[in-house]
Amino acid sequence: MKKSNQRLISIAVGLAGLGLAAALVLNGLKDTVTYFYSPTDVYAKHVQPGTKARLGGLVESGSLVQKADGAVVFKVTDNAQSVPVSYRGLLPDLFREGQGVVAEGEFGADGQFVAARILAKHDETYMPKEVVDALKRSGEWRPESGMPPNPGMGAGMGANP
Amino acid sequence: MIAELGLLFTCAAFALSIGQALLLTQAARKGDAALLASGRWAAGLAAVFATFALLALIAGFLRSDFSLAVVAQNSHPNKPLIYKIAGAWGNHEGSMLMWCLVACIYGFAAASRAPKDGRDESWLDARAAAVQGVIATLSFAYLIFASNPFARLDPAPLRGGDLNPLLQDPALAIHPPLLYMGYVGMSVVYSYAIAGLWSRAEPKAWAKAARPWALAAWSFLTIGITLGAYWAYYELGWGGWWFWDPVENASFMPWLAGAALIHSLLVTERRGAFADWSAILAIACFSLSLLGAFLVRSGIITSVHAFALDPARGVWILGLLGLATFGGFGLYAMRARGEQGEPFAMVSKEGFLLINNLVLVVACATVLLGTLFPLISEAVTGATASVGPPYFNATFGPLLALGLILAPAGVLLSWRRHIGLAALRPLLGGAALAVVFALAAIIGASAPWLAASCAALAAWLLWGAGVDLHRRAGGKTVGESLKNVRRVPLRGWAGVLAHAGLGVFALGAGVETSMRQETTIALAVGETGEAGGAKFRLDAVETGEGPNYYIDRARLTVTDGADQYEMAPERRYYWAARTPTTEVAIRDTFGSDLYVAFGEPVGASGGKVEAADDKPRWRFRVNRNPFVGFIFGGSALIALGGLLGLIGRLGRGASPARAPAKTAESVKA
Repeated sequence: MKKSNQRLISIAVGLAGLGLAAALVLNGLKDTVTYFYSPTDVYAKHVQPGTKARLGGLVESGSLVQKADGAVVFKVTDNAQSVPVSYRGLLPDLFREGQGVVAEGEFGADGQFVAARILAKHDETYMPKEVVDALKRSGEWRPESGMPPNPGMGAGMGANP
Repeated sequence: MIAELGLLFTCAAFALSIGQALLLTQAARKGDAALLASGRWAAGLAAVFATFALLALIAGFLRSDFSLAVVAQNSHPNKPLIYKIAGAWGNHEGSMLMWCLVACIYGFAAASRAPKDGRDESWLDARAAAVQGVIATLSFAYLIFASNPFARLDPAPLRGGDLNPLLQDPALAIHPPLLYMGYVGMSVVYSYAIAGLWSRAEPKAWAKAARPWALAAWSFLTIGITLGAYWAYYELGWGGWWFWDPVENASFMPWLAGAALIHSLLVTERRGAFADWSAILAIACFSLSLLGAFLVRSGIITSVHAFALDPARGVWILGLLGLATFGGFGLYAMRARGEQGEPFAMVSKEGFLLINNLVLVVACATVLLGTLFPLISEAVTGATASVGPPYFNATFGPLLALGLILAPAGVLLSWRRHIGLAALRPLLGGAALAVVFALAAIIGASAPWLAASCAALAAWLLWGAGVDLHRRAGGKTVGESLKNVRRVPLRGWAGVLAHAGLGVFALGAGVETSMRQETTIALAVGETGEAGGAKFRLDAVETGEGPNYYIDRARLTVTDGADQYEMAPERRYYWAARTPTTEVAIRDTFGSDLYVAFGEPVGASGGKVEAADDKPRWRFRVNRNPFVGFIFGGSALIALGGLLGLIGRLGRGASPARAPAKTAESVKA
C-alpha cells in the first residue's frame, strides 16, 4: 500500500474513532448526569417528577420513620424548606436525625423523592461538601452542627434497640 | 532525634538526585564513562538515603512519637504493629515520601542498565536516569517544602488520632506501595520517551529500552488497582467492587493509556512504526498519573475516599503536571521525526494494534471527560453535577467490548501484509463456542443480555488465547502442542495469559454486574428471615473488643439449599478515630459469594420505629454476587501476563550490543 493511502486510512480510522467517542459520550451524558438540589432548589426550580437528582441537606429531626417491612421515610431539610424522602435498604452508619445526608434517586409523582442510595458522612467530623455549600446558601450553616457528640456507640451499642 | 535524621536523609537524597541529574546529563553529552559511574553512584545513594528516610518515619510510627505531626494525626499507641508500619504511607506526607523513594529506585535501576563503557551510542539509559533524577528532585522539593513528613508539633499531644480505620486492612497496607510502583513507574517510561527524543535515538532502540519499564509499571498498576477493588468489595460493605469514583478513575486512566502504550511499543520495537505515537502515549501516561495525584490530593473533586485535602498542595502538583506535560510535548513538537515506519495493510497486526490503541485511548478519554465533567460543569454553569456509573457503563462498556472482540484476531494476523482471512480460521471454533455459551447462559440460567454477551466474550477470548498458545507451541496437533508447551518462552505466555485474563474478567464483571441481588432484612434474636434465596437465623449478637476497637458481632445460622453453616458479620467502632466500620461475612462457593453486612440496630438513627413488637432488631444487607471471584482472578491473570512478559525480557538479557559487554565483564570477574 502506498504511504499516502496509509495516511488516509489512518486519518479515516481516527475520525471514525472520534465520531464514535463523541456519540457515546453525548449519549452517555444526556441521560446520566445528575444535578445536586437542596430542598430550596427543589421548590424554586419546580422540579418535574422523574428527574434524577442528588438531594442533600440535613435529616429533619422527628421526621424519620422506619417501617416493619424495611421501608424508611424521612425529610431532608435545609432549615428553609424540606422534601420527603423514601428509601428501602440499609441506612449507612452514622445516618442520624439532624445530620448531613445526600440521597441519590429520582423525584416521584407525589413530590416524594425516591432514594436509591443514601450517603451519610464517613466519619464523625465529615459533612458532605455539597451539603455545606447548600446550607451556606440558605444561610443556615452552623459549623458545630457538623460534629455533634455521638453517645451510645461502641461497646453495648448492640444492646441498644 | 530520629525525625531530624529522617529529614537529613531526605535532604541528602534530594541533593543526590540533583547530582544524579547533572552528572548523567554531562555523561551523556560528553560520552564520558567516568561521569556515568559517578552518576550511577549518586542515583544509588539517593535510593539508599530515601530508604533510610522512610525507615526513620516508620520508626516514628513504631515509637508512637506524637511530636511528629503526621504520627499524631494518623497513629495511636494501641494500633497493631503492621498498621503502625503501613501507617507510615497511609497519609499524604508519608505516601509522598514513598513516591520519592520509588522514583529513586527506578532512577538507580535505569542508571544501572546503562552499559558501563558507554557502548550504547545514544546513551539512552543514562539520559533516562538523568530525567528520572529531575523528576525525583522535583518530587523531593515538593516533599520537603510543601508536605514535610518530619514536621514537629509543639507541644506534642498525648494521644494520636489513629489511622483511618478503613485503611487498617492487610490489602490496603500493601496497596499504596504497589500503586506507586505503577504510578512512578510511568515516570520512568516518560523519562525514556524524553531520553529518546533528546538523543534522537532510533525508534526501535528506544522502544526496546522503554518496553520493560512500561510492562513493569503497568503490571504493578494492575495489581494495585485490583487490590484496591478487592478491598472496596469486602471492606466498604457496599457489595460492589468498582464505583467509577474519581479516585478509582484516577488510577484507571494511566492504566488504559499504559495498556495502549505496551501494544504500541510492540509495533515500534518490531517494525519501527508508531514511533511518534508511542512517545506521545508515554508522555500521556505520566501526565495522567500526575493528574490522578492532583485529583486525589487537592480535594478538588468530591470522592468517597479522597484524602489529605489541601488546595495549596494541589497547586504544587498542578505545577508539576504542567511542567511534565508541556515540557514533554514541547520537546516532542521540536524533535518528533514524523516518520511513518514501514507501510502496512489495514488487515495486519499493525492495523489491528492501531485499532486497539484507538479503542483504549478513546476509552481513556471518555473516563477523563466523565471524571472532569463535574468540575467543568460547576465552573461553567455553577450547577453541581455528578456523573455516575450509568455514564461510564454506557460509554466504556461498548468500547471495551469492541476491543475484546478484535483482540484474538489481531494476535493471529501477521505483521505488515494482508495474508488473507484464512489466518483467522482457527477462531471459527471460538465463535461457535461463544454462541453456545451465550445460549447456555440465556436458556440455562435465564441470564440478562449483558451477562450472556460477556459469557460469549469470555468464550471467544479464552478460545483465542488457546489458539495463540497452540500456535506458539508450534505443534501440528493439539496433543503435540501440549507436549511442547513447556518450550513456549515466558514472553509468549504474556499475551496468552493477559488476554485469557481479560476473558475471565469480562465473565465475572458482566455476570456480577447484571445478576447481583441485594436484599435488606431486619432480625430480632431467634428470628428467621429469608434473603437472597437463603434462610438466616439470628442466634445472638455478641460484643467484644479488638486492639483499638469495640466489636458487635452477629451470629447467624444460614440455610442455603442443602448447606447449613454459620456466618458472623461484624461492626467495629474504632474509638480513637471515632469511626464505625463494617466487617462483612463472605461465603465463597466457586467464585460466587453470599455476602452479609451487619447494619445498625433498627432505631439507632433516631426517629420512630413501626414494628409488630418492640423487640430489638438489627438490619442486615444480603448480597448474592455471582462470579465475583472471576473479576479478581481475571485481573490477577492480566497482571501475571504483564510480569511474565517483563521477566521473559530481563532473562534474555539486554540488547545484543550489550550482551558481549556483560560476558567480557564476567570473564574479568
